[in-house]
Amino acid sequence: MNIKLKVWRQAGPKSKGQFETYTVPEANPHMSFLELLDVLNEQLIKDGIAPIEFDNDCREGICGMCGVVVDGVAHGPQKRTACCQLHMRHYRDGDTIVIEPWRAEAFPIVKDLVVDRSAFDRIVGAGGYVSVNAGAAQDANSLPIPKQNADLAMDYASCIGCGACVAACPNASASLFTAAKISQFALLPQGAPERKTRVMTMVDQMEAEGFGDCSNHAECEAVCPKGISISSIAMMRREYMKAMLG
Amino acid sequence: MSTVLDSKIPEGPLQEKWDNYKNKIKLVNPANKRKHSVIVVGTGLAGGSAASTLAELGYHVKSFCISDSPRRAHSIAAQGGINAAKNYPNDGDTVWRLFYDTVKGGDYRSREANVHRLAQIANNIIDQCVAQGVPFAREYGGLLDNRSFGGAQVSRTFYARGQTGQQLLLGAYSSLSRQIAKGNVDMFPRQEMLELVKIDGRARGIITRNLVTGEIERHIADAVLLCTGGYGNVYYLSTNAINSNATAAWRCHKKGAYFANPCFTQIHPTCIPMSGDYQSKLTLMSESLRNDGRVWVPKKVGDDRNPKDIPEDERDYYLERRYPSFGNLVPRDVASRNAKLACDDGRGVGETKLAVYLDFEESIQRLGRDVIEARYGNLFEMYERITGENPYEMPMRIYPAVHYTMGGLWVDYELQSTVPGLFVLGEANFSDHGANRLGASALMQGLADGYFVAPYTLGNYIASNKLDAADTDHIAFVEAEAEATDRLNKLLSIKGTKTVSEFHRELGKIMWNYVGMSRTAEGLQKAISEIAALREDFWQNVKVSGENSHLNKDLEFAGRVADFLELGELMARDALTREESCGGHFREEHQSEEGEAKRNDDDFTFVSAWQFTESGHELNKEDLVYENVELTTRSYK
Repeated sequence: MNIKLKVWRQAGPKSKGQFETYTVPEANPHMSFLELLDVLNEQLIKDGIAPIEFDNDCREGICGMCGVVVDGVAHGPQKRTACCQLHMRHYRDGDTIVIEPWRAEAFPIVKDLVVDRSAFDRIVGAGGYVSVNAGAAQDANSLPIPKQNADLAMDYASCIGCGACVAACPNASASLFTAAKISQFALLPQGAPERKTRVMTMVDQMEAEGFGDCSNHAECEAVCPKGISISSIAMMRREYMKAMLG
Repeated sequence: MSTVLDSKIPEGPLQEKWDNYKNKIKLVNPANKRKHSVIVVGTGLAGGSAASTLAELGYHVKSFCISDSPRRAHSIAAQGGINAAKNYPNDGDTVWRLFYDTVKGGDYRSREANVHRLAQIANNIIDQCVAQGVPFAREYGGLLDNRSFGGAQVSRTFYARGQTGQQLLLGAYSSLSRQIAKGNVDMFPRQEMLELVKIDGRARGIITRNLVTGEIERHIADAVLLCTGGYGNVYYLSTNAINSNATAAWRCHKKGAYFANPCFTQIHPTCIPMSGDYQSKLTLMSESLRNDGRVWVPKKVGDDRNPKDIPEDERDYYLERRYPSFGNLVPRDVASRNAKLACDDGRGVGETKLAVYLDFEESIQRLGRDVIEARYGNLFEMYERITGENPYEMPMRIYPAVHYTMGGLWVDYELQSTVPGLFVLGEANFSDHGANRLGASALMQGLADGYFVAPYTLGNYIASNKLDAADTDHIAFVEAEAEATDRLNKLLSIKGTKTVSEFHRELGKIMWNYVGMSRTAEGLQKAISEIAALREDFWQNVKVSGENSHLNKDLEFAGRVADFLELGELMARDALTREESCGGHFREEHQSEEGEAKRNDDDFTFVSAWQFTESGHELNKEDLVYENVELTTRSYK
């Protein structure tokens, strides 16, 4: 199949970017979306044109390194799928696909489709952990945890930190990312001792990084490749209120 | 043959060696730890856990990773689980049994003392991870759930759905993040190590390239911990991440660190088969699937019927037939080789005929679709996403793919390489898995090394050695930086006609054909000469795009492929030298009449540790002494 690509090209953080149009004449329906970009890049290198830079690594939808906006949707048209797992069989011969980087003030563009998501690391550093040094743990089974809580904590813990939630949000809010971590620990007894400080410091950091506020559009949940529910945001708010009040 | 290697195994009975070691090591005074700095390269399970633990102890840590965040290392993709002999299921597990299974599974080519320590420490890892808030699977009573995994006859595997590696890595990453925020760890993301710096024969620093700006940086410390993973991407197609590479390890090797057992690679039996030339990687399906899936091919050669139309008596459930006591749960090397044999027989399935079926029909009938969905739902979804086929209705098609490398830099009991002050942790070292790694033991080893071994052994090194003051203006830094810069400039200056990927794909084909699941002397010799020719071609004809002064992934890959072109040859050479079949290394010349691997314990119970010299590689041997287990023929019949 013949696929036309309109790709955002930007030489560096301060450069002005623009769309460039390319064609991949022999795309295969079994190819992944990133393999389509590989094929195009190899052609560009041969033609003496700078290849398109895009972040990617595991190509199994778990590392969270990849992520681009495909035809206006973060990670593209397939629900609960990171763009590395999107396959060309969802497209037809002759289709045009528009590819852009995540766009958010807190995620400055590094080059082409690559953005700087280090703000996420700083949010985790502000409290997304249990303070336990190696060696200090008690026996793993000394702390029974109701299965439903453990399962729900696992739902939230499955966040891959890709940033699609921010890219999809009209306010470029990092609420889903931050709330998923806060909720994981709020559901577990291990998280209890630092429960109040954690929600305060993580939310403060999120704001300090320049992410917007949540106004309940739920666009984040719609694009999340792990299907993380916005009920975590409700939980984060309850946690925040509880921490404020006492 | 040159030096005999000293593995520094402590005195005493096996069960007491680790305690004996800890009783005797020198300690660094708590107040002095902050005066010592440590470089940790890589932030996977081994690197992340080591960096955070050393920082907790008070050392000043500089941590490096090639990704944009330390949370993305490829440990994250491990699915199945992590072993520990907690014996919570009361099914007879012990530390000894975990040790024994790991030594046997490794086909008696690992070091007893290291493996026993690993089995001892495994329980602490589970405790540590639970304390961090890792949401392992639980029973309704609130206690931890265990499953049987990868050929084990007890249930000792802890898991977090099909995302155990992710959860363990995020646990280590959260501890690391805490130490970064406290200022105890300086984190350097998007930095690639290009050279090791030695001063007075000791590892004292590294040269890195800032992958965003292209700047070359010098970093100094009292010791260097290399936690950079395996070299499976030598084969081009593997289950490794796209950026996984051997450059840091290979640079250390060329600076004096011996490379051990490079030919011991693991080909994982349950991966999604290749579909075309554009393919960039292969995706693993957790082998937990083999708990309920049955592997088969048609009995008849060239049977093209829809699998649903092939009656039961015309199917060959070849693992159940050949290995009645283990059946579909035979270890990875055995399962992979048998899949290859079935396909070599002309009984492979699917378009490429390079696949076998993994069928859940019987389990779905017996247990119900709900149970299968609860166990494997995310894996079934992933399979459908990639292949467009629904495994609840059609059997999965699977084929082996390169997954893990048991070989790696040689280390002694302290995880120290042949370069003093250079420690190697996790998949990057060779020590614990012998010639074949069992399922759910990679996560165990990475975290054991990082949380519980290196923190002790590194302290002993620092307390025992007084290092001279030095700074990054030292001539050793100047020279190492020049080497790194020269190599980058050379790559950019060739301006040939073939892309880096073309070379990588060609190398991968040679490796897969001759240094893959089945090896012969003739094939290995061919591989050695073809790789040498390809390497020459690379340095004449490679076309690398762009400049050094900006984000340039093509340049990054060029450097990595250049190193793979050297390492691949060493792998073939090692495989040629090892005149026996063991674990993942199967030499066709050495097999039983039934086609099973035939070890040669009399002549090959040693570790091959290759030393780089300007005139070529020299083989050194570490004899493996088994004082506690009897070497038997692995039989899963």
